[in-house]
Amino acid sequence: MIKFEKFVLDNGLRVIVHQDKSSPISCINILYDVGARDEDPEKTGFAHLFEHLMFGGSVNIPNYDEPLQRVGGENNAFTTNDITNYYLTLPTANLETGFWLESDRMLSLAFSEKSLDVQRNVVIEEFKQRYLNQPYGDVWLLLKPLAYKVHPYLWSTIGKEIKHIEDARMEDVRDFFKRYYCPNNAIMVVGGNVELEEVKHLSEKWFGSIPKGPENKRNLPKEPKQMEGRTLTVERDVPLNSIYKAYHMSAKGSKEYYPVDLLSDILSRGNSSRLYNKLLKEKKLFNDINAYVTGDLDEGLFVVSGKLNEGVKMEDAEAAIDEELALVKEQLVTVDELTKVKNKVESTIEFSEMEVLNKAMELAFAELLGNAELVNKEVGKYLAVTAEDIKAEANKIFRKENSSTLYYLSKSK
Amino acid sequence: MVAIDRLTIPDFKTIDKVELIEAKQSKLDNNIPVYTINAGTQGIVRIEFIFTAGIKQQQKPVVAAAVNSMIVEGTSKHTAAQIADMIDYYGAFFETEISQDNAILTIYSLNKHLLKTLPIIEQVLKDASFPEHEVETYVRNRKSKYIVSSKKVSSVARKKFAELIFGSQHSYGYNVQLEDYDKLTREDISSFYKSFYGSNNCKIVVSGKVDDNVLTALNKHFGDNNWKTDSGASSYNSPAFNTTSKQKNIVQWEDAIQSALRIGKTMFNKTHPDYAPMQLLNCALGGYFGSRLMSNIREDKGYTYGIGSGLVSMQDTGYFFISTEVGVDVREKALTEIYKEIKTIRENLISENELELVRNYMLGTFLRSASGPFALADKFKSIMDYGLDYTYYDKYLDSIRHTTPEQLLELAKKYLQEESLIELVVG
Repeated sequence: MIKFEKFVLDNGLRVIVHQDKSSPISCINILYDVGARDEDPEKTGFAHLFEHLMFGGSVNIPNYDEPLQRVGGENNAFTTNDITNYYLTLPTANLETGFWLESDRMLSLAFSEKSLDVQRNVVIEEFKQRYLNQPYGDVWLLLKPLAYKVHPYLWSTIGKEIKHIEDARMEDVRDFFKRYYCPNNAIMVVGGNVELEEVKHLSEKWFGSIPKGPENKRNLPKEPKQMEGRTLTVERDVPLNSIYKAYHMSAKGSKEYYPVDLLSDILSRGNSSRLYNKLLKEKKLFNDINAYVTGDLDEGLFVVSGKLNEGVKMEDAEAAIDEELALVKEQLVTVDELTKVKNKVESTIEFSEMEVLNKAMELAFAELLGNAELVNKEVGKYLAVTAEDIKAEANKIFRKENSSTLYYLSKSK
Repeated sequence: MVAIDRLTIPDFKTIDKVELIEAKQSKLDNNIPVYTINAGTQGIVRIEFIFTAGIKQQQKPVVAAAVNSMIVEGTSKHTAAQIADMIDYYGAFFETEISQDNAILTIYSLNKHLLKTLPIIEQVLKDASFPEHEVETYVRNRKSKYIVSSKKVSSVARKKFAELIFGSQHSYGYNVQLEDYDKLTREDISSFYKSFYGSNNCKIVVSGKVDDNVLTALNKHFGDNNWKTDSGASSYNSPAFNTTSKQKNIVQWEDAIQSALRIGKTMFNKTHPDYAPMQLLNCALGGYFGSRLMSNIREDKGYTYGIGSGLVSMQDTGYFFISTEVGVDVREKALTEIYKEIKTIRENLISENELELVRNYMLGTFLRSASGPFALADKFKSIMDYGLDYTYYDKYLDSIRHTTPEQLLELAKKYLQEESLIELVVG
């Protein structure tokens, strides 16, 4: 149970306060309602590049990191398909430094050419390090455009290609800032040993004068229903063949999401899961096998991925996966399995509420979904799932015409 | 509305006091020491069983890690799948961790389910059976992971660098080969388990909501004398280290898009008086986002996604390293800049302004690292491993606050001479 208070400034900034008196540090988490899905298809990777530029100095403060570190703080940020999230932690006595820094970069960036030049290079190196110079690093660059033809989830947060990052111009940076980095497009959560009145005062003082920005009505193209199974085969310099099967599923937060999420746990969470025991241990087909949901805010993907043991034929490996998926369509999962994954969800949530920053992120995300109070309703939604719900969802999702399969083969064979 | 000053940093305070909750010691009936941190807001508990059964204790490669991770793969009464079911059913998490110095088995549980989880953990600790077919599966999977990681410049660099600075006679420097897994037998595993996983070679650290029920249950399941090791407490003598005489080393890698760079040397661990001030020097050089290496090589030049340095403490010694991955086309330029930064820190005093920044950042990091029961338990473990007590942290914080620019310059001259540093390029 996470307790919180909420208020809204006149400029539309939503502020949530979570008091945790046990925490020696405080945090500020600011979620901007913009992600890679909001990008121009010809300028992909921009939301993430922009996240880097948010550290390149703001209108009154030439360097974001230095003053924060000087008061004992630390920060980071991440960009997903859906959101861009910035967070910092610092000693509670120095909370105001966080307000000073975050409000200045919401007010305006410095728009330094040097910063843009450097961060373009840094992001290109990130592209190489994480997506190109790693075995299996480009899987998502291949799988997403296979599964999506229209919806912007077809590209990754890093972007479709390095050229899009190289082409980013200062004009794009300014436009993006004006459109998305305004108080009415943000949710701020302050957590730690803080008082509501103090946070109200500081929020008003530092953020109150930032002008409201435009309203952004998101109108993304809807992915048309997939009518036939898709496959793609690639060869790469990797040691082992692998397979990735993606199925369209419901959006995070929807009623259908919870049974599907539990189903992925039954199939692959931990050493007692089905795929691990049947396909890795008993049939010895894989040395690594996983099933997971992407958890996106628009309709996402259910993915099954595995690395094949040497000498195993791809068709045998795939048939074994299909067999397990057919089983959950035909038979109800057992009472014990369902209890197990529900217990696991319950304890995962309990453990995740140890850290004040984690709680702040959860609150911000729930508020984006509609209401911060949703954080305290998650467990109940998982506990309400029945074996029949799971079977029904499995039948909706695990259909050949709803699948995109990537065969990622070792070139040396 | 009163005009606000956006140009100057608001008044701030330096952290003058960090209150650590200290671990309380007790003993089980069989004398296993139990260290307790009772703190936090959630009804959860973490129990760590720490055995002096690290990689350096093994006589044959990869045995210690195999025992550690295979301990849940079967007992005389239950199969691996049954054990996994019993742990997962009550929402518990079981983790295994192996390092050069120690082997750790950790159970995370909600307090309300702990009593149901402990019996299976007791079986695992006292009666692991390492079935032959599970050994085969383990070997097959480890080999697959090995060949995949052999395709990553960073993994290859990490292993090769350890070999270069420690030498392969010492376990810290031994570079595991694929064939080592083929030579692993069930007998090796079983015999290591019997020699090292016993009540006379174990310590327990418990953190979270720790009440008398938890301690009583621990004594019930782990407090008797029926699970001693075969050979009594292990004896271990650290072999000599043997750093390579070749300063510049390269592993060629066709088609690499980025090169992994490592520069460093063996140094000392946290029992050495220079350890804390060297952490301060290291932080300024490459230990945080605003460090000199990061500011120059990432934030000014854009050669890399990240660069950092560290001073790592291990029981037998410690080491210093700089690590990054850079585009192949800018590799030489990056190396030049790295050496330039080392030279600068060796030849010029750090300004008071920069030093204040680094000090405050490190104090903040310390505060963060002591937040919550698990973190407090980690703080305890990292002194226990070296036979130190909590006064170590008083001295550490004192050193962070009071080491002078002159003293840092002396340290840099003493420990960061360029000819003493080993360089490795992979890719």
